[in-house]
Amino acid sequence: MSKTQHPVELLRFNTCGSVDDGKSTLIGRLLFDSKSIMEDQMEALERSADITGGGQVNLANLTDGLRAEREQGITIDVAYRFVATPKRKFIVADTPGHVEYTRNMVTGASTANLSIVLVDARNGVIEQTRRHSYISASLGIPHIIFAVNKMDLVDWSEERFREIRDGIESFLPKLDLFKDVKFVPISALEGDNVVTFSDKTPWYEGPTLLGHLESVHIASDWNLNGFRFPVQWVNRPNNPTDKTLHDFRGFSGQIAGGIVKVDQEILVLPSGQKSKVKEIWTHDGSLEEAFCPQSVTVVLEDNLDVSRGDTLVGFDPLPGHSSDLAARVCWMNPRPLTSGNKYYLKHGTQTVQAMISSLESKIDIRTFEPEPNPVELVMNDIGEVRLRTSKPLVFDGYTTNRLTGSFVLVEQGTNATVAAGMLHSPAQQYKPEYTDFSI
Amino acid sequence: MSSYHLDHLQYLETESIHVLREVAAEFERPAILFSGGKDSICILRLAEKAFRPSDIPMIFLNVETGHEFPELIDFRDRRAEELNAKLVVRTVDEALEKGIATATPGQISRNALQIPVLLGAIDEFQFDCCIGGARRDEEKARAKERFFSFRDAFGQWDPKNQRPEIWSLYNARLNPGENMRVFPLSNWTETDVWEYIKKENLEVPNIYFSHERECFRRGDQWLPVPPVHEESGKADPYEGARPSEEEESRTMICRVRTIADMISTGMIESPAESIDDIITEVAAARVTERGSRADDKASEAAMEDRKKAGYF
Repeated sequence: MSKTQHPVELLRFNTCGSVDDGKSTLIGRLLFDSKSIMEDQMEALERSADITGGGQVNLANLTDGLRAEREQGITIDVAYRFVATPKRKFIVADTPGHVEYTRNMVTGASTANLSIVLVDARNGVIEQTRRHSYISASLGIPHIIFAVNKMDLVDWSEERFREIRDGIESFLPKLDLFKDVKFVPISALEGDNVVTFSDKTPWYEGPTLLGHLESVHIASDWNLNGFRFPVQWVNRPNNPTDKTLHDFRGFSGQIAGGIVKVDQEILVLPSGQKSKVKEIWTHDGSLEEAFCPQSVTVVLEDNLDVSRGDTLVGFDPLPGHSSDLAARVCWMNPRPLTSGNKYYLKHGTQTVQAMISSLESKIDIRTFEPEPNPVELVMNDIGEVRLRTSKPLVFDGYTTNRLTGSFVLVEQGTNATVAAGMLHSPAQQYKPEYTDFSI
Repeated sequence: MSSYHLDHLQYLETESIHVLREVAAEFERPAILFSGGKDSICILRLAEKAFRPSDIPMIFLNVETGHEFPELIDFRDRRAEELNAKLVVRTVDEALEKGIATATPGQISRNALQIPVLLGAIDEFQFDCCIGGARRDEEKARAKERFFSFRDAFGQWDPKNQRPEIWSLYNARLNPGENMRVFPLSNWTETDVWEYIKKENLEVPNIYFSHERECFRRGDQWLPVPPVHEESGKADPYEGARPSEEEESRTMICRVRTIADMISTGMIESPAESIDDIITEVAAARVTERGSRADDKASEAAMEDRKKAGYF
């Protein structure tokens, strides 16, 4: 799989920051300067500029695709955009700045490898800067860029830029660790240091924003330690396309961590049965080995009872296995989260019932300090909770594996998605009952 | 680059396969909207990859306006048969006869009339999920779509109040009467689609390649001249969609870049004879794919408004 005709890497990033920090303008600028805007889009922009913008083309209208967004001049929901340069392909999530649309910011950020947090050079670090930095760190986004925007409005002051950088660097140690952090002084409106270097910042020696996006090391962002395979769908053909496969019984899914090889010993959890990998089947032919995040169909040596929601795991290391869980949650519903509430919890490929057994703390976004024993979490709060699930989960800590360490809560009745949850590392690993294993 | 590495097409492929398998596992009666166009051709290949050696566990559904390119219909029927799939076709004409849909006087395009036909089919077959080939790069309202896009009992999309969609944990829960639209190609671009067609060696209808055709100029589009109306005594289904005396007609060397029906599809002048030619042409294009779609030109919010009403 490694050798192909198009060895082009894909980087997913999101832009966040407060309203009017210029997120949509920045993406508009990236699209415009990398020539990813087409003539008909430009014509549409000019048409709308004549109507609402007093003749001035508004780059933000490129991503604010909803009528309500253009009316109010704000971003309500994530817009996804696509930029390709000779070096990389990018999926860009333009996420809303308003605090009431934090759920949509989390949506856009959850799948990103990199976050750009915009800071208005005039206003400096404000609560939304802190909130979005905290959420980006909690979501385990490995790379972050603080783009200090509207530098033209502070006369390209190096002192102001340093002041903002120092302010951010003073709170970063309180957050979960990023792999790398960059600060770039820009003007999204004028384009300085976005795609091309600005002659107004001789004191800035770092890369342009796009230069960094094109070069930041992302190849190791997927988890290749500890095989995890949540079974999505049992593949048992009634009428196989290949008649020799009438006894075929495979387990289809996407590898959520690690590498799997033919003949490797695996455990089926939660049942604890062990087996060996007989075949890694794909429509394009069998593989000797497969890795995260490939989608494959695994055939086992033994005829075991395995169904959706079960997880095939490797031994080194074993995951956690518990129905008593500790997690950080980002609450996204107008009805508050309180202790004793029941929800559906979707984790990997299984949905179980979950009860909030206690609210441990709520994060104060101004200080990043936990407030112990809050009564409730309201919309956009982030806090630490304990949950009990109706069935044990097979999981890893979110900081170890973003796929096996994450869950969402769904409200019963309305089916609204109400929380994003990030599990803490298990207190203890699953203990196999067998002793005949060499681990 | 390490050997445990996916390039962008492999990444997009595994993401889409994961989405298709979630649909198969979470819904009782899912359907794939299959028109025979390039995007749905990719969906079918992804479905093969997701479900083989089993049958694709979904019915294929297509809504016809009655103004289809015959090449597309032939291709659609043949492909469904090759895949041993059940294909259901529902038409605007039937819906008009049954009274499910009502034509707007003076409106030639039947694009909007596809909405009640689709909703009627969902109701008739009790589909709880429809998989579509829409992509976020096509249009700015589509850029706002989730992979799993919730529709209420009236088939409506509420763009201001979408479910958060976090990581790849798709919330597929529905109450009776509600419906999901799922878009496995959300993160694909037009270039990705053609590169995948090339990589997978997929057949596409020949109208995607350069050919000679009678076209006429209407607005800023070159529209195909509809087939000759032979059945005397019956109303011309293309009434209003034929060139008038004032409209310029000529024979063009052209192809389609995106396909709606004959009334809404602008032809583009093109010498592209192969997939490689198309990839080169798309890379150099200075207008978007949907720039040749008459149905999107109605207003800045044309797509958003149709989606709110139940369009896919």
